[in-house]
Amino acid sequence: MTAALPDEHFFRRESGRLVSTLTRMLGVHNLALAEDAVQETLAAAVEVWAFRGVPENPSAWLMTAARNRAVSLLRRERTARRFAPEIGRQADADGIDAGPETDVAHLPPPLRDDELRMMFSCCHPDVPEDVQVALVLSLLAGFSAQELAGAFLVSLAAMEKRLSRAKKVLSGTPALFELGARDFEARLTAVQRALYLLFNEGYHGASPDAAVRLDLCREAMRLVALLIGHPPAATPATHALAALMALDAARLPARVDDAGDLTELARQDRSRWDTRLIAQGLELLEASARGERVSEYHLEAAIAATHALAPSAEETPWADIVEIYDALLRLRPSPVVALNRAVALAEQMGPERGLAALRSIPGAERLVAYPFYPAALGELELRSDHVVEARKQFRAAHRLARNPAERTFLERRLAECERRLASGATSSSPSPPRPR
Amino acid sequence: MSEFLYLYRLPADSPELPGSAQNLQLRLQKWTEWFKELEARGTLKVLGHPLQPSGAVVADGGKTVLDGPYAESKDIVLGYSLVQAKDLAEARAIAGGCPVLTYGGMVEVRPILQM
Repeated sequence: MTAALPDEHFFRRESGRLVSTLTRMLGVHNLALAEDAVQETLAAAVEVWAFRGVPENPSAWLMTAARNRAVSLLRRERTARRFAPEIGRQADADGIDAGPETDVAHLPPPLRDDELRMMFSCCHPDVPEDVQVALVLSLLAGFSAQELAGAFLVSLAAMEKRLSRAKKVLSGTPALFELGARDFEARLTAVQRALYLLFNEGYHGASPDAAVRLDLCREAMRLVALLIGHPPAATPATHALAALMALDAARLPARVDDAGDLTELARQDRSRWDTRLIAQGLELLEASARGERVSEYHLEAAIAATHALAPSAEETPWADIVEIYDALLRLRPSPVVALNRAVALAEQMGPERGLAALRSIPGAERLVAYPFYPAALGELELRSDHVVEARKQFRAAHRLARNPAERTFLERRLAECERRLASGATSSSPSPPRPR
Repeated sequence: MSEFLYLYRLPADSPELPGSAQNLQLRLQKWTEWFKELEARGTLKVLGHPLQPSGAVVADGGKTVLDGPYAESKDIVLGYSLVQAKDLAEARAIAGGCPVLTYGGMVEVRPILQM
């Protein structure tokens, strides 16, 4: 009776797959109904499987159950007469029997395109970028509004409002995004951006829960793999994005310890880097070199690869890294990129040059709430033996810290300042400030 | 050894929805582990079944048939199992580990009447 318990992300994956397929079948105007049907199906599956064990083919089981649930929800609606035959016909066209007693064995595999199409739908130009990310997580990975509110540090009410506004935009289109549509390329750019932001939210994000941040990284990697699996979406930029994620994720075991605390790059135990992910990342990076256009993902992946290939922190070719950051700044000028460049410059040319670069970042006022800006200033001040000034900056960073991991990290730096002040020692530490 | 019926109940207005995929995943894991443990300890007499939330109620000598559980009922029975334990105290203690308690539900423990 029992197959093995599905792996720990089974419900996430299935939730996205089910919502996407039902939405394709019912039309985007029925998105909320599709979500309800999936939600109820998954909850019921837990009760049934608890007693009877997980069925042989749980994915097919869920697809049948969810579709049946959707049909009965539609029938319950007053407009049932108008829509129920429609889903029946649509289901027939898909080779699916829409009757309530569908035999699981006869279900065709659901279309993998459904998830892709849903992903492209979520990245609608009328939906703000950060909301696209939340929407992807909600519809394709089964995150609740509560979880999203926690991950993005906003109130539950605010997150619900954002999601419902965005879903309203989606419902304005009759069908899921067509992968053959004329604006495919433009939308692909938006999808890549959303997945990039999703990964970054996991890597550098504000959520106090290390496990949640790890989940965001993992989901971003799963979704980018979907893009790679669909040839028209598997562009050089997509490969570069996947490479960047793999190379950054390779450092996670050394970057975040079991308590969720951060270790900056220079102090990471490189033997704990995931060599399999590094190899995968380098392979993806090679595959990304086919095109003629260099995207920001190519450049960021190149930086990550340079770190991955350096045998030790001391042997990092900082001049190369500064050069890549310069190219990145030309392509996408941003204060955060400028901040990272300044940190690399400090490694190459010394802390004074780094400090000067930090202070002259154009648009630095946009970094005012970003704890790693004062943290970077503090680190370089400390390395220049301006310990009192360093302490001031670390304190400012500490006030801006968004989660316990960041706070603990900065408390350690503050303790280092106190130690130096007490001993009057002037040893310099070679750590870049941002725990990349 | 005595036998006890466990009725797994969930308040009808429980904020079970919307749950996240991850919560549901954890819930399934907990239930599976719980039943496995009961089985290993020899506590589980009959695993039992999950129940649909609605059905019919036949009353008044068959004259009244209501849809669903009693309308005045404040909770729904998710399922049942039959267990054996030394006494009510032990049966209660074992029920304390039931996963339904972690999401707002309760376990009704009823000794099987022996005469």
